Amino acid sequence: MGLVREFYRSTVGKKMAMALSGIVLVLFVLGHMAGNLKIFAGVDLATGDYKIDDYGRFLRAMGAEMLGHSGVLWIVRVVLLACVVIHALTGIQLASLNRRAKPVGYEVRSYRSANAASLTMLYGGLFLMVFITYHILHFTTGTVHFRGFVEGEVYSNVYSAFQNYGIAGFYVVAMALLALHLYHGTWSMFQTLGVDTPRWNKGIRTAAKIVAVAMFLGFSSVPVGISIGALPAPIAQAGTN
Amino acid sequence: MNLTLFVWRQKNADAQGGFERYEISDVSEDSSFLETLDMLNLRLVESGQPTVAFEHDCREGICGSCSMSINGRPHGPKKLTTACQLHMRNYKDGDVIYVEPFRARAFPVVKDLVVDRSAFDRIQQAGGYVSVNTGAAPEANANAIEKDKADEAFDAAACIGCGACVAACPNGSAMLFTAAKVTHLSLLPQGQPERSARVLDMVHTMDAEMFGGCTNHGECQEACPKGISIKYISQLNRDFLSSTVKKALSLRGKMQSQ
Ligand code: FES
Repeated sequence: MGLVREFYRSTVGKKMAMALSGIVLVLFVLGHMAGNLKIFAGVDLATGDYKIDDYGRFLRAMGAEMLGHSGVLWIVRVVLLACVVIHALTGIQLASLNRRAKPVGYEVRSYRSANAASLTMLYGGLFLMVFITYHILHFTTGTVHFRGFVEGEVYSNVYSAFQNYGIAGFYVVAMALLALHLYHGTWSMFQTLGVDTPRWNKGIRTAAKIVAVAMFLGFSSVPVGISIGALPAPIAQAGTN
Repeated sequence: MNLTLFVWRQKNADAQGGFERYEISDVSEDSSFLETLDMLNLRLVESGQPTVAFEHDCREGICGSCSMSINGRPHGPKKLTTACQLHMRNYKDGDVIYVEPFRARAFPVVKDLVVDRSAFDRIQQAGGYVSVNTGAAPEANANAIEKDKADEAFDAAACIGCGACVAACPNGSAMLFTAAKVTHLSLLPQGQPERSARVLDMVHTMDAEMFGGCTNHGECQEACPKGISIKYISQLNRDFLSSTVKKALSLRGKMQSQ
């Protein structure tokens, strides 16, 4: 245990904890984004259900034989929560260490490579925590949905929520900030884990850009699609769940 | 050319510092930045004022002592150039220039533009060496070193320890310096016996000296007058991780029979 503590005590160890939890979170967000696109898949003609609703049911039923209903989902949730906690706590610790290490700045400040993404990691991260909390209360529990939230009716819940331009706009802005965070974070974790080398650097930087842009476009397509009326109003469903 | 300089003046480590404005005329474009400060000091002496303290030694870009930030950039605007090698032809008549000490908690100001960079020495002492027996000189060709490795090590060894990386880093991190010092030895056969201990000890000392952590802004690479690449930071991270694992798997110590 002493060795683990010694490792984590160093700034390099802390950053590796951030990078490892970051990898899990990026992979989750990628999967989440891909899953969201099912909203454009429309209705399953055989059952008359929205495909995205089916997908939601599938996620809850996953591994039910072994771990019970929603069992796998809960394991994933706990792992994700642990990663968010590690990522956030370590990030805040590092940020305060870094701030202490540079108490006085320059009269004239001119950055040459630090950019909007790298300089806003802390604020972006803090914002994302607030956003994630709101998002869970909005679409998972429905607590702050206020527009006729029905558990399991993903399509209609999303559709009704984004009828409000303010909410749709907020989601798009949040996704822009997520993309910024991921742009710096994705290449950063390779560098931090020591797998970035001159040979791979260009590819890693490009991949980070692709991840950021794909994330922004993929996620934003839902609120934008609904706002501009590209998705039809939900049909009344025969049997809910 | 005529210039307006705002120079950071601070009596000693505890004193409150501030900018002092100086108009300086007839600066030759062939002179260096330090020579301009020399000129300023001459005029200050003539008028009975205290001179600006700044560090310098070689004035040819190899000792790394001319630490100062010029308009917010360590060693000034020119890439791969120390302040002593910076020519005034990089400026034009009427320019306003702010000259400040390197800023970092680990580099306390001693006086004016002079900072105490002895934290770097302590990082070095923690492991930036190889053990070589005194006595007969080792056979020069006993250790074959690949050309690639020798070049990579040499690029890292180009670090002059000036502290520009720390001064440029928004986090006051010394990762580029530490990475260069760790790597230039770790890449060579002579550096292998102490390799694991070196990286662990040097990183822990770096943290203890109150340098910040690296968040990959890349400012250090831009500021480094010797062009040390952040690839060495990645290499340091890799070494730190593998040395920790190695330590975990170490066979030192005893095991119980049952
Ligand atoms: S005085 Fe030696 S490097 Fe500038």
